[in-house]
Order: sequence, then structure tokens, then C-alpha cells
Amino acid sequence: MTKNITCVTCPMGCGITVELNDNNEVISVSGNTCKRGELYAKNEVTHPQRSLATTVKVDGGVHNVVPCKSAGPLPKEKIFDCMAEINKACAKAPVKLGDVLVENVCGTGINIVATNHCPEA
Amino acid sequence: MLNYDIVVIGGGPAGMAAALKAKECGVDSILILERAETLGGILEQCIHTGFGLQYFGEELSGPEYADRFIQQVFRQKIEYKTDTMALQVTEDNKVYAVNKTDGLLEIQAKAVILAMGCRERPRGALNIAGTRASGVMSAGTAQKYVNIDGYMPGKKVVILGSGDIGLIMARRMTLEGAKVECVCELMPYSSGLTRNIVQCLDDFNIPLYLSTTVIDIKGKDRVTGVTIASVDENRRPIPGTERDIECDTLLLSVGLIPENELTKNVGISLDRVTSGAIVDEYRETDHKGVFACGNVLHVHDLVDFVTQESQIAGEGAAKYVLGQKAEAEYITTKGVGAVRYIVPQKVNIKNEGDVKLFFRVGSSFKNATVKVSYNGQEIISRKRPRLAPGEMENVLIKNDMLKSFSKDGVIEITVEA
Amino acid sequence: MNYDVAVVGAGVVGSLIARELSRYNIKVALLEKCNDMAMGTSKANSAIVHAGFDAKPGTLKAKLNVEGTALMPELCKTLSVPFKPVGSLVVAFSDEEMETVKELLERGVANGVPGLEIYDQAKLREVEPAISDEAKGALWAPSAGIVCPYELTIAAAENAVVNGTEFIRNFAVEAIDYDGNEFTIKSADSSIKAKTVINAAGVYCDEIAALIGDNSIHTVPRKGEYMLCDKSIGGLAKHTIFQCPSKMGKGILVTPTVDGNLLIGPSALDIEDKDDVSTTAGTLAQVLETAKKSVPVLTTREVITSFAGLRAHCDRDDFIIEKSEKNDKFINVAGIESPGLSSAPAIALYVKDIVLGIIDGEEKADFNPVREEPVRFRHMSNEERKALIAKNPAYGRIICRCETITEGEILDAIHAPAGARDVDGVKRRTRAGMGRCQGGFCGSKVVELLARELGVEINQITKFGGDSKILYERTK
Repeated sequence: MTKNITCVTCPMGCGITVELNDNNEVISVSGNTCKRGELYAKNEVTHPQRSLATTVKVDGGVHNVVPCKSAGPLPKEKIFDCMAEINKACAKAPVKLGDVLVENVCGTGINIVATNHCPEA
Repeated sequence: MLNYDIVVIGGGPAGMAAALKAKECGVDSILILERAETLGGILEQCIHTGFGLQYFGEELSGPEYADRFIQQVFRQKIEYKTDTMALQVTEDNKVYAVNKTDGLLEIQAKAVILAMGCRERPRGALNIAGTRASGVMSAGTAQKYVNIDGYMPGKKVVILGSGDIGLIMARRMTLEGAKVECVCELMPYSSGLTRNIVQCLDDFNIPLYLSTTVIDIKGKDRVTGVTIASVDENRRPIPGTERDIECDTLLLSVGLIPENELTKNVGISLDRVTSGAIVDEYRETDHKGVFACGNVLHVHDLVDFVTQESQIAGEGAAKYVLGQKAEAEYITTKGVGAVRYIVPQKVNIKNEGDVKLFFRVGSSFKNATVKVSYNGQEIISRKRPRLAPGEMENVLIKNDMLKSFSKDGVIEITVEA
Repeated sequence: MNYDVAVVGAGVVGSLIARELSRYNIKVALLEKCNDMAMGTSKANSAIVHAGFDAKPGTLKAKLNVEGTALMPELCKTLSVPFKPVGSLVVAFSDEEMETVKELLERGVANGVPGLEIYDQAKLREVEPAISDEAKGALWAPSAGIVCPYELTIAAAENAVVNGTEFIRNFAVEAIDYDGNEFTIKSADSSIKAKTVINAAGVYCDEIAALIGDNSIHTVPRKGEYMLCDKSIGGLAKHTIFQCPSKMGKGILVTPTVDGNLLIGPSALDIEDKDDVSTTAGTLAQVLETAKKSVPVLTTREVITSFAGLRAHCDRDDFIIEKSEKNDKFINVAGIESPGLSSAPAIALYVKDIVLGIIDGEEKADFNPVREEPVRFRHMSNEERKALIAKNPAYGRIICRCETITEGEILDAIHAPAGARDVDGVKRRTRAGMGRCQGGFCGSKVVELLARELGVEINQITKFGGDSKILYERTK
């Protein structure tokens, strides 16, 4: 089986073809123009990952929500599960940039951290 | 009347970087005027990551990128006033501004740095036909509602324009539970970054229709749908290709316009292509002591470049205030063919440093050559694997080369496929 | 509630009638089906005060136009509404059209229009430098002017309310019963009683009349599409520039507006849907093409918005201002198409006389005709601004950057008599959101202020009432 993907590592946007065997193991990578592209392609076809940026509800802050991000990449297929868990969380103002708002989101081992401050109202 | 050496109008990434650089260059009397409640500018609502790869070598969200500069402004004890709107810059570099606590401020500046940023093109500029129903807004307005206010501006969404803000909002609305029906792009290519097309559209199976536009908006009170149609090579809708799409929201991401009202009012010359001021290599306008940087000068693709450009303007303003700016003998720059514009538009050949010329192309190229000529003679030729309208390019003119030029010469940049 | 008079429709005509009646000890209700006044024809028209040479001599249109235009400058002053006596030109592009222009002059003289003059090509170019080289000459009418039609409506309604009129919004009249003594006027969820009804419902006049069995009125909504251009080219037309009229109306005009923009339009198309104010790409393109005949340098580049309005065209071809044949306490004010805005001050007086013939009214000693000028920060000197902010810091916070509108002005608009309840209402009263960015930046700020002042959550705020909500629920 082959999979065609577009590399997003840099603005070049190379079209990469990855060949897989029946055990879903990578046999070959072609079309990439650098080593980073090869690595990205291998990850993308075996266990694609995405970083997530969203907001968390805040109680008593100047705004209703504070922005946050995953401290590392999350498995792509868990993005909506993570959103659901993050949407249940509620931080108490004041929130400081870097505060951990959700620990180990969906058992991924990744924390959700605040990416801005939210002072008390 | 207040007195400052430098007044910076705008406390976003451009204004902060310019102020910090000016301070570093030895000017202590600096005041930043910011119209919003906090410093940071539009980055405060750009909560996605991807900022800072060039400048910091890490991938930050907008607020994080802004915060690094905000903390420096605090540490450097640079004065700033938020919730303060600059109303006017006068002939003699006086700035009038207004806020609730100080009332009307009259500030005499030696130098002024314009860093007001840009605004989104509204529906009217596109002349989209249809009703005036609620639910049509710019992508940036929707971004503020979702990311700052925490409210959904729509549930079934069509996005017109595949610039990065449009793409980012397609993903953002989807993550928050909206259904994004499609993104339409008038041009045959997207002006957004490839990575955004992959991560914001492909990941969520959101279709991108190229050479397609919205020709009608339906709904009396709230939008109930839009009609889209394919366009020909002259960007005119092709009869028979109309298609109705049910939606309650139309987000527009159809371009950014530098916000140059203050600039125009003081009589500064603007570049018709960039809609920003015409500047020299220190980003000084043709009004003595008034500098411009960031998106008010020309719309940038990456905030990292805004920071770099604003540092140049900050240094220029400091040199001006400290009397260190070299006497000027200008050559002009000119984009030819696919090169739509170049910033700066003029360069002082007496300048002691190298000068980077930033430019944008009007169409996409692969494995093209960027050629720079001086008075018709080729002086630089650089291979580029890829050039795209959405991405800013630059070439460096070394100082020894600059020194070999003479007054009123012309530098031209062109692209050969 | 019981009233002496119920005015149906808070357009410019209904609002000025209500104000005129509020001079007397008469209890007036001004009923409006929308969330605000000036929501129909009065908000989307050419904003022209016509000199009065168009209508046939002897018609109500001719009489009330000339009278209304004469009243307009003073009325606008009293109500603090922007009015500019720019004068108008009807431009001829051929010898044949020069003949038409001469006929218009004669008609104008017969109607009593002051100061009419024929300009030759040289004179025309001198007074209107951007005019096409093809223009042969023009009819000059110095008494014509431009006005802000929705501000006139709002000011009139506000002043009526200050003088005792009750403004009832979101009251869509669905039934009118008459018991031989008084009318019961019903909306879906409430009702009022009134001794007299004035039907000033614009394009809906026929339907309101039909509620008492009067089927004599036939309204055809005639749609006109417009383009509004940026202030940077507002000075392109010094006067209102008409082309020669046709049977569908006065044709495409190019005119400055009182706010300094340039307005182009309208098209004229008879339609069926009385709420259809959508614009169409083809029509707008045609509007621009036709306007370029007058002013060739026009382009789409400076267009900041486009809109459409409906004229209440009636088959009788004159204003219908009379007691209904079905009930002599029901007064129809129908078919008020162009020159309806120009005539409105005179229509109000005309209707007042009819009303006073039905019910007794005594002039109130405490009637206050003046509507104070709202604070306009953008027009103030810096000294005035300083004093103003010292008095109220809310004037120190700019909400709309393009038009320099302060928080204080928006609060004033919300708390005015019959004040703004939605984003478009704030926009019409203050200009917040009318500039180049069309509310891109200030829209969300205006929503916040409305919510705060009205004591509701921000997702309850609408663009223009009804279901025109801007936001759904919280994201989380």
C-alpha cells in the first residue's frame, strides 16, 4: 500500500509518497527533499500527531476563556476526545501563562497549558 | 503637553519591537500608545501556534509570542498607555491621543513610529450581492468572539478566502463544534501556507474550492445560505456553475489593508501597491522623523518578519533622535514583472550597514531565479526553489555594494522562471 | 392602552406626523413593526431634498415637495439633523435631453420652485469639474439639498417621544377592529386602542388599509440598489447630479452625502417581496456603468458598501393622503415614494390638519420642538474634547476607529428617548461601524456595550432585531 501526503515541516510543502507493507511498516519514502521530511512522512503514516490550541473556561477572570495549547503533540485521532476533556475543565482566575490547566489529557501524557494570562475580573 | 523622544503608535508586535530596539540603541524617553486594553495587538486573539519559528526558533502561540515582548517592555520600564487612541499626528510631530483617564493628550515627540497594523477587508469592498442578514463577518472578528469572548458566532459556516486567517478559523470553528461546509478561494491557488491547508482543512475533510467565489447571500434576519460559483480566468462567475450551500455564517478572509488614516492625514506619501508609506531602509517616511513598521507598512506573512522590520525602524528612530542618521543620498528600488513591490522603496547609499530588500511576488514559481540589477546591470542572481504570493522574500544588498552606487540610481528586482 | 391617535409605521413620514401631533394635547402611539425606527424606505434612499420640478403641476407630490423642501432647512436645524443645501443638476447628454431639461424648468416654475437656471456646458463644467465631457448642459436647482434620512427619522421620533408620544417597537400590526367608537389594533402578542389611525406603513400601506377592508391601495415595492463610496472621493460630486428622468423615476444619481461619502444609485425594479432588500451583482454593475455616464472616473475601488431600499410605489401615481373611504377616522398616507423624504415635513402638517378635523387638540404650552444635537466627538475642537472628557470619561474611549466614535456617544444612543436596541441602531445614531472597516473592529465592542447597558448576555444582542442575533451560546 502507498500513501500520499503533503509535508508540513517547512513552507516547501513537498508531496511525499510512503510505501507500507501489510503490517503497516514503512518500506520506502520518496518525494521528500530533506531528512526532516522523511521523518515527518514516517510519523504521519504510522502515528500522525498534531499539536492542539484551544481555550479553557475561566471562572472570575476578565475574560470567559483563556487560551491554551498542548505542551507536546497529541495523537491526531484523539484530538476531538481531548477537546471534549478540555471543554469540561474550568480554571480559576487568575491564570498565568504556563499554568497547567489539564494534566495528562486523555491519558496521552501531555499537559494542556495556558498560553496567556487571565487576571481576576 | 507631554514630551517624549519617541512616541510609538500601536502596542502590537511591531510597536513593542520598535520601542525595545530604540531603547537598546540608547533612547530612554519612549511612550507606546495602544488602543486595546492590553499590549500585544492582534496576537492576543491568534491562539494557534506557529509563531516565532524564525525569531525564537520555537513554535509559540500568538499570546506567548506577544508576552515575550510585553515582559521585556515591563523589564525595560518602557512607558505605555493602553486603551488610548491616537487621533492625529501633526506637521511638527505632535501626537494627539485620547483615553478615559488622561483625557485628551498632547504629546510632542522628536520621532514618531507608526505601528498601527492592518484591518480586514470588509464585505462592501467585495460587493457581494445579497441580503444584509446577520452572520456575515470577517474571520478576525469571529476569531475574537471565539478566542477572547468565548462565544460561537456560527454553527454552519462557509468561509470565503483561503488566506491563513480563513484556514485557521476553519479549524478553530470545527474544533469548537461548528460544521465548516467549505472554504472558497477566488484565485486558482490558496494564499495560505501549505501546512495550514493540510492541518486546518485536510485534517477535518473541509473542502477547498479554488477559483470559486460567493455570489449571493441569503436570509432575512440571520444568514440561511450562500450561493457559490466557479469563476473564469478574469475572476468572473461562470453562469451555470452556481451552487447553493446552507449555512448560518459567512466568514470573510479576503485580504488585509494597512491602517493608514493617521499616515494619510499628515500627508505622508503612500505606495499604491502596499497601501503603506514609502520608506527608506530605516523605515523613515517622507515626513521627517516619522517611521513606519509592521503591517501598517505592508502586510507581512510572519510576525517574525514584523519584529525584524520593527527593530530596524526602532534603530532608525533612535539614530534620528540621537542625531546619528547619515545624510541622505537615495537610490530607489523597483519591482519588475512578477515582483509586486519592494520595501524599502528607497535606500540611502551613505548608510553604514547592509540592507535587506523585502518583496512579494504576484504568482507562484518553482526553481526560479531572483535577479537584482542596478541601473540595468545585473548585480545579484539567486536560485529559489519556491516563490509564492503568500510568502515574503528578501535579498541582501551588502554595504560595499551599496557604496558603489550613486545618487538617484535604481535597483530592480525581477524573477525568472 | 388607549390613545387618541395610532400612527402605524415609524418611517420619516410616521415619525414626523407623530412629532407634529405631539404639539397638541393628543395621546399618540407610534407603532413600529421592527426593533427601531427608520427600518424601511427611510433608511435606504437617495437622501435627497428635491427642488420640486419633477412632479406634474397640480398634484399633491408637486405641492408637498415644494412646501416640504422649503421647511426642511429650518426643521433640520431644530432637530439637529445634518442638512446641506448643495443644489442639484439634471444633466443632459443630447440636444433632445436639453429639451427635456427645459421642460423640467418650465414645470418647476409652474410648481413654484425658486432659482431654477439652465447651465450650458461651460458653466456646468465650472461648477461640477468631474462631469463627463459628453454632458451638454444642465438644469440647476439651488433649493435642492441633501439630508441624512434616518437621522431625520430618529430625531423626529425622539422629539415626539420627549413630547409625550409613546414609541412602541416590535409591534407588527396584524388586525384592526373598529367598534364604532374606537379602533383596537392588535399585534401577535399585544393590543392598543386608538380613536384615529394613521396608516404610514410605507410599502405595507396596502396591507394595513386592507385590515379595515379598504382595498383601494395597491403598493408595488420598487427596489433601488445603491453603492456607497469612501470619503476619500466624497468631494468628486459637488452637487446632486441627476440624469434625465424616465417613467421609472429620476434615474441614477451621483451625490455627496451629508457625512462626506459619495452615493451612487438607485436602480429601479418593481418586485413582489416587500422585505427583499437584497442587492444583485448585475444590477450594481449596471448602476455603476450608468453613473459613469455622469462622472466617468468612478470605479468600484472606492466602494465601501452597497445596499437596496424599496420605494412604496402606488398605481395612482401621486401621494395618497386622505381619509379612507371605509372609515373616516382612518387616514391613509400611502404611495409616499420620491419625493417623499423632501415632502415629509409638509406631509406631517397636512396630516395634522386632517387629524385636527377629526379630534380636538389644543396646543401644549410646554411643547419643546428642539432635539439637542447629540455629542459628535469627531466634529469637536481639541479644547471642546478636553472639556467633554473631563465631564464624562466615557467620551475618552474611542470605540469606532474609522469614524472616531466614542463610548460616550454610543451610551448616549442607547439611552436616548426611544434609543438604540441593536447594533444597526447604534450605527445609524452614531456612525459606529459605518466607516471603511464596516464594523470589523468596533462591532464586537458595540455588542458588549449594548449588552452591558441593556443588562443582557452578549449573545442576546441582535444586528437589527428579530432573529438577527450575532452570537450563539458560549463555547464552553
